[in-house]
Parts: sequence; structure tokens; C-alpha cells
Amino acid sequence: MHESILVYKGFRWLKLSVAMVAVAVLAYAVHRPEVGPPNGGTTLGYVLGVWGLGLILWLAWFGIRKRRYGVGKQNLEDWLSAHIYLGLGLIVVATLHTGFQFGWNVHTLAYVLMIAVILSGVFGVAAYARYPDLITENRRGMTQREMLSQIAEIDAKARELSVDLGDNIHNEVMRAAEALAFGGSAWRLLRGREPDCPAARAMRRVGEMAMDLPKADAEKGHQLLELLARKVQSVERVRRDLSHKAMMDVWLYFHVPLTFALIAALTAHVVSVFFYW
Amino acid sequence: MAEHFKVAIIGSGPGGMSAAGRAAQNGVAHVLLEKTDHLSDTIYKYQKGKLVMATPDVLPLRSPMDFAMGIREDVLGIWDRQAAELKINVRFNAEATKIAKGDKGFTLTINGKETIAADAVVLAIGLQGNLRKLGVPGSDNHPRVQYQVDDPDEYSDETIVVVGAGDAAIENAVALAKQNKVIIVNRSGEFARAKQGNLDLISKSLDKGVLDCMYNSAPVKVENLSGDRMKLTLKTAEGEALVECDRIIARLGALAPRAFVESCGIQFPSKDPTALPELSPTYESNVKGLYVIGALAGYPLIKQAMNQGYEVIEFIQGNKVKPADEPILERKFAALLDRYTVDELLHAIQKTIPVFSGLTVLQLREVLLGSEVHTPQPGDAVFRRNEFTNTFFTIFEGEVGIEINPDDPNERVPLGPGEFFGEMGLISGRRRSATVAATRPSVLIETARREMIKLIKSVPQVRAAVDKAAIERQIRTYLAPNLSATYMAEVMSTAKLRPFKAGETVFNEGDPADGIYLIRNGSCTVSQRLAGREVVVNYVPAGNYVGEMALVRDRPRAATVKAAINTETVWVEAAHFRMLMDHMPELRHEVEKRIGAMIMQDEEISARPETGSLIEALVKEGAKEAADMLLIDESLCIRCDNCEKACAETHGGISRLDREAGPTFASIHVPTSCRHCAHPHCMPNCPADAIHKSKDGEVFIDEKCIGCGNCERDCPYGVIHMAYAADEKPGLLSWMLFGLGYGPGEDKAAALGEHHGAKLAVKCDLCKDIEGGAACVRACPTGAAIRVRPDEFFSLITKAGP
Repeated sequence: MHESILVYKGFRWLKLSVAMVAVAVLAYAVHRPEVGPPNGGTTLGYVLGVWGLGLILWLAWFGIRKRRYGVGKQNLEDWLSAHIYLGLGLIVVATLHTGFQFGWNVHTLAYVLMIAVILSGVFGVAAYARYPDLITENRRGMTQREMLSQIAEIDAKARELSVDLGDNIHNEVMRAAEALAFGGSAWRLLRGREPDCPAARAMRRVGEMAMDLPKADAEKGHQLLELLARKVQSVERVRRDLSHKAMMDVWLYFHVPLTFALIAALTAHVVSVFFYW
Repeated sequence: MAEHFKVAIIGSGPGGMSAAGRAAQNGVAHVLLEKTDHLSDTIYKYQKGKLVMATPDVLPLRSPMDFAMGIREDVLGIWDRQAAELKINVRFNAEATKIAKGDKGFTLTINGKETIAADAVVLAIGLQGNLRKLGVPGSDNHPRVQYQVDDPDEYSDETIVVVGAGDAAIENAVALAKQNKVIIVNRSGEFARAKQGNLDLISKSLDKGVLDCMYNSAPVKVENLSGDRMKLTLKTAEGEALVECDRIIARLGALAPRAFVESCGIQFPSKDPTALPELSPTYESNVKGLYVIGALAGYPLIKQAMNQGYEVIEFIQGNKVKPADEPILERKFAALLDRYTVDELLHAIQKTIPVFSGLTVLQLREVLLGSEVHTPQPGDAVFRRNEFTNTFFTIFEGEVGIEINPDDPNERVPLGPGEFFGEMGLISGRRRSATVAATRPSVLIETARREMIKLIKSVPQVRAAVDKAAIERQIRTYLAPNLSATYMAEVMSTAKLRPFKAGETVFNEGDPADGIYLIRNGSCTVSQRLAGREVVVNYVPAGNYVGEMALVRDRPRAATVKAAINTETVWVEAAHFRMLMDHMPELRHEVEKRIGAMIMQDEEISARPETGSLIEALVKEGAKEAADMLLIDESLCIRCDNCEKACAETHGGISRLDREAGPTFASIHVPTSCRHCAHPHCMPNCPADAIHKSKDGEVFIDEKCIGCGNCERDCPYGVIHMAYAADEKPGLLSWMLFGLGYGPGEDKAAALGEHHGAKLAVKCDLCKDIEGGAACVRACPTGAAIRVRPDEFFSLITKAGP
């Protein structure tokens, strides 16, 4: 219907980011360090370092800006678009700052953390592009609450129907209703499927047991099976929905803590460079 | 020798009681006659706990008794106490059965026996003492045929027939249906007389089957059955119908007790049963010394009646009192009072301004109370094009110019004293169509929408004057700005107003083309039959016209046009429209441009009929009357609810928007959030007048809200809800470190309880007080949330496609 964050304002921030990268690369190409190979301690190294540090702090500010409601002239969309493209550009700026010197030290740790933050962000962008449509498609116009109450309704009907179909079937239906749970571990949430789903199990078992129902109860058996099959569909839909949402959220559990770790490592990096180098 | 008083006051309602109080205060020998055993029977008979309103707000109360909005019991309690304190001489169970005028004053007969004498009589009997009765055989004095309900909860497990279709009947029927089986009997085929809130209440209740309704039915007779049962015979469209029931409650309104009033010598101006006696400005009737105040004098509001009670005693004592609203009028007209007194000014206004000339002085005062006076200098804008104001302006002195060409402010139509403007905004509820600025030093009267609508509805001359001017201006604004007076007269000779109800067809595909329709309020959908199915191809809001294509191309109608909501159009005959096009090349150019666009659009829609379904769905969801609609593109929405959080954070902790709720069409989601309707459904029934529309079109609720819940019920889109005010938010650190209060963006509504005072209505105000606009849209990180205006609506959807 309108622009996504990636194409926002005719790729304004992509263009700016590319320009930024181009300037950095060009400077790196023409710069001849006074002594030794290119590194963070040269004039250009300092420039790129301050540049990168400024970018990192500005990018981290997004977390606060996002929660400052009703202030500022820019839309949050504008900020996010800039956050993404300038964040990607940061890879080049920071890498050039290192002069490709890596080692087992706090400096490289800061670099690695930065790359991890950016990669988790890339995952986030991909998730934001992929899952919104999947959620809409999967939900078929229902809210999560509606989906859950639909399952509860099916349970109630199934319970009523199964009362007349013997203890075994009734117990199976009751057990399936009680055992049904969503979520649990992060992995189960993300997976979006449950190989041993109580609803599916009950459907299979009731299907087997219903074959032996007396002829008079056969139709009730069919109806029950129909309900249980519908329940399986609904349950799967809820699981998929939860998984979609989890996929859109999960990367933030890396992106944000890693950002804090990055800022800590950067502090160590800067302090050690200036005081102990 | 009969007891003698200076003044006898008949009826102890608000008016009579206030008069007696003033008489007592002034030491006037008086008697207050009340036929029941308590004061103010009408209010006494209100449903228990009913909220008594103190409208109009602007009118100050002038009475020895206090009165403010409150529940029935409190209001009555205060009056009883004050009547005792003032030592009002009241006689209960005393019905004046005869008032005779003699040489030395009046002789009043009480309960047909005793007589008293009085120099002057104040008749304050109201109308409620004369309720319209069922009047069918078997109903007179039947103990279970009643005309009011004190406490609906007193009745249970009965079958009750409620007769009537007004507000009282609906309120009673719905309240009684909680514990009883209720059948409401309506003489006509619909509930048209009730106010909107009650219409919705009854239609919802009928839909849910809470109660039954018999339409087009009139009671014929009542017969007793065994026990307390009875049988009601009804005449219906299909013949006679019998209903067995335990109780009949008839709420048929009230009439002036004409026989009694006429027996006192008072004349009525007409035979119409709803007619009221004619009175002098001091409330004196044609019988000298006999005064009439309150509802019987045409003033049904409590505050008005109480003020009249005070004034009438002063008049009887020979004192001149200025009406209670005089200081307000003096303040409003301060700029003119060096030349006029208020009375002279009222007279001059009636003389100068024809729309107001048909009003009585009292009506005019009321209108002016709801008005403001402006004195713009040349060049000062009164209002600007695209503003959302909806007041009505009359010119008392000076001259203004309507700037009809947005590109050239010098192209304008002048208006002089006595003329009016602003009626288009008033009628359409949409943006102002032109800027109006003073061209000479002027005196303008700006009348509030509420007052003006009341006037248009109640005074036929005002309606006629406004309509006539409106038709002409609509033609000028939308078709032919520079049309000469001769041509205009010709066009006007056949042009007329044609209203359409929601869903009604304006014209059908294939009909011959008889003219074009300018939509002056409401909106329409345009649909075509594509592959055997009716597909909506366009949506046309007020301020546009439909039907020109068939005229220009000289073929039958190519599409069906239906009113999406109640819509009023100005119809211009085909021949006259063709004449306009022949004479005005710029109109021809404009029309051809529109037709070209429409042809292309039609083809686009027939290629993608699903776009049409989307338009149709959104029109149904409120686009038909929206000034602004929040939409969410679900293909971009990451479900972070930052929009809700932003709303809560900027509006006292309570979100006015529910992102997840609401329907989705293709990937367009319509969350539960205010549409800012052209004519907001929430506004008319707000007793506190707390809902307003701002200059920019935002509909908002101010601090006058009393929490009655009418607006919540009246909103067809369910976007208003009642909530407790939230606590002040603690600082971020106290939340993070000590867990105090609520964190950023948390919705607090759920955790609030009754100790937060009364629940008040909350709704989206489009962040009108926040710089930068709607916080929800600005806080959307992916740009999924957008606000759409009706004119952007179509292009946006076709561009996107579902």
C-alpha cells in the first residue's frame, strides 16, 4: 500500500550510507600511514574510529528514541530506515578502522560483538519482511484471542458429544483438552510445530476407537472426529502464529544485550587505547 | 370570607416552586397549590436514580432554590429542604379546579369545594399532569394500565406490554425486559421519534431478542382475564391481534391540559393539540393578572422554568427585571452597546437579518446565547478553506468576501448585511470549501452548530432560507463559480434538494440520465455489474457530484449510485447542466477531465475487481463518513504494538486504539480507532456537551465529560470506551530500580479500580495537542500505520492493490 522501511523516501538512507562507505573506502585507499601498515592508530584510523564510535552510539540511541512517544519531528519509520542502512555501512567503516588487524584481544572482541549485533539486526530485517504477510495469511482475519476461544468452543462441544460414546473416547477427549499447551521453551515456541501434539494424538486415537462404535453412535463418532480434526487445524494455526511472532521477536534478545556488551567492550577498547597503548 | 393572597401559584414543579420561593423571599403573601402530596411531581416520577440534566449550560440560574445536574433523589432533597427554609406556604393535595376572574381579582376553587382569592395567578402546571391516555375501552382507571414506571426493578416475571415509540417508552421497555417478558407496541412501522441513543438501544435489543415489537399496531380494547391477567386487542396491518399480559404501560407523551386552561379564559392560537398559549414578554396571558410559566409556556427545561418563576414574581410586584441571560448577551455584544441597548439590538438583528426575523424574541435570545460576535477588519479571515469548523455566520454590519478561487484571493463573491455564510460546512460536516474574509469593518454573528441545527429543524422559515441559499452556493462552488444571475435563476428554477437514506439508490445502472447530483452531505458509493456481480468502483464524499458522465456521453447511466449514509444532494436538471457546460468552457474542461479519469479507473477496477471489494468493505467500516481513518498495512506491520504504546503514553496511560481488534480486508487492517466522522454519531447525545470537533476535524472529548456512556453506545464503530483516569507516571528510574508504577508504554487501564473516581469516556483525539501529529503513526517503526483522508482513499487503495 505504501513504502516499507527499506525503500523509504526513495532509498534516502541507503544512498547516504553508500556515500558514507564510498568516502571511507576512498580515504582508506589514498591514505598512506606515517609508520607501519594501516591501523587504528593512524590519523585516518582515529577519524574512522571516532566516526564508527559515533555511529554506534547513535544507533544504540534508537532504543531510547523508540520509546520517546509523541516527541521529535521525524517518524520512527525514518529513524528505523536510517538505523538499518547506516548500521550496515558501519561494517565497512569499522573494518577499515581496524586496518584488518585482528587478534585475541579486547579490541577484536569489540569488533566481533559489533558484527554480531549487525548480523542479528539483518536477521530482524529479514524477519520483518517475511513474517507480517505470513501472520495475516495464517490468521484469516481472527485475533489470537478469537483463535483460542474457538479452540475452547470446540473442546466444549467435543466434550458434550463424547459423553455418549463410552469412557475410553470421553477420557481421551478430556485428556487431550487438559494436556494442550502452547509455548513452553523458546525452542518449542520458535519451531511452530509439535510432533507429539495432544490434539493430533487424540484425533488419531479417537479415529481408531470410533471404528468400533455401535452403528447407532457412528454418526456421533463422525461428528466428533470432525471437531477434533478442526481443532488440530486451529491448534496448528495458533502454533504457527506464535512461532511467527517469536521469529519477529527472538533476534531482539540478541540484538539488544549484545549492544550493551558492545558498548562495554568499546569502553574498554577506548580506555585501554588511550591510557595503556 | 375566602382567604386572600397577593399571588396564587398553581403547580409546585421547578417553575412554580421557584416562584413561591421568590414570593416568600420578597415577603409577598402567596400560596402554592400542589395537587399531590409532594413537591415537583414530574421529577418525583422520574425513574429512580435518573440523572437530571441542567441544560442549557450557558444559561445562569436565577432562583432562590438551587439546581445543578444530579440524580433525582439529590435534586428533590435539596428542594424539599430549601422550600422549608424559605417558609414557602404550600398546600398539598390541593388541586385548583376552577379559576374565575372577577372585578377584584381571581377566585380559585380548590378540589371543587373551598375557595381562595388572589390578585394574581401563576399557572405553572406543566404538561405532565395531562399524560396522553390509552383511551380505549377497558383501560380507564384500570389498576394495571399505567402511564409511568418509577423503578423498573420492582417488576419481575410479568408479561408487560409497553405502548409508545418515544424515548420514555424505549427506556422503560428495555429496563423492564431485564426481568420480564416485554412487548413494545408501536403505532408506526419504525422508531423515528426517539433520540439516536435510544434508537440504537431498541434496535440492538430487538436484534438480540431481548424484547419483541409489534409494529403498525394500535390498541383497541382491554379485557380482564382471571387473576391479574388481561387481554389487549390490537389493530394491526394484518387484522386484529390478541396479546395476553399482566400489565400495560403506555408512554404516549403529554399534552397541554387545554380544557382547563381554556376554562380560565386563556386563548390558544390554533386548534393543534400541541399548541401553547400566547404570552406577553412578562409571561402574562390574554387574561390580565393570569401568568403562565414553564412547559405550558413552551419552556420545558428545568432551569428555564425556575428562572421564569423568579421573574414572574418580580413582574407581578411591578419590578422590571432583565432576563437572566441579559448579562451574557451584554458581554457578547459589548462592542455594540455604545450604540444599542440589548433590546434595541435584538430588534435591529431581527430587522436586518432575514433568517432570524421569523423567530420570537425568546427564541432569538436563545440563539444568541449560543453565538459569538466578531468585529473583523478588512482583510481579516473569518475562516479558511479546508478548515473543519462548522459554525454559521450572519452579517449584521459590513461586508465579507467569499474567495471562490483558491488560486486568486481577489476573485470573490461579496456578501452584505443580512446575508449569511458558512452553511455549507454546517450542513456537510466536512472542510470549509472557501476562505471568507472581511472586506469592510464588519459585525458578524457566529452561531454554534447545535443552535443552528435546532433552529433549522424547528423553524421552517429558517430551513427554507438556508436551503435556498445553500442550493445556489453549492452550484456556484462545485459547478459554476461565475454564473450570471439570469442563468443562475434559470438553473435554480428546477434545481432541488433530494435526500437519500443510507443504502437508498440515487440512480441505477441503465436508467436514463435526468440530471446530476451534487452531494452536499453524506457520501455515496458507485458500483457496476461486473461478471454478474455488483462491484463497488468508487466512493464519493460530500462536496463532489455524480451523474455527469451519462449526460455528457448521452447514454444511460453506466453505474449505480447509492447513498452510503444518510445523504442530501442538490439535483440539477439535465438540460440546465448541459446549458452550463455550453456557457462555461472551464466547467466543460473540468467535467471532461473527470470523465477521462473515471474511464481509466473503471477499466482498472474491471481488471482487478478485488480492489472494488476492498473499497466496499472499507466504506462499510466507516470510510463513508470518516474525516480520517487509521489503517494498518499488515504486510508491513510487525505487531510490536508500539502504536498502542505511543497512544497510551501520550494520553494519560490509556490507549484509545486497539490494534489487533477490527476487520482485515486483503492486507488492509482497520484497527479500532476513531474515524472522526463528518457528523459524529457520538456528539448529539452528549448531555454535557463535552464532545467537539476542532478546526482541523478532530473529534475530541473535553473535561466536561460526566461518564454517562451515551457516546460509547452511539458509536457504530466501537471506538469509544469508558476508563478510569490513570495515575501519574513515575520517573523511568523509579520504575526500573524500585518497580514503582508502570513502565514505558504499559497499558494501565486493566489495573485501575473504582478508587480512581468515575469512569470517563476516552477516544482518539488525533493527537490534536501534540506537535507533529498522530503519535501512533509516528511511532510505527515500519510505516505500516497510516492515516487516510477520504479524498486520498481511492488512489491509495488502487495504487496498492490487495
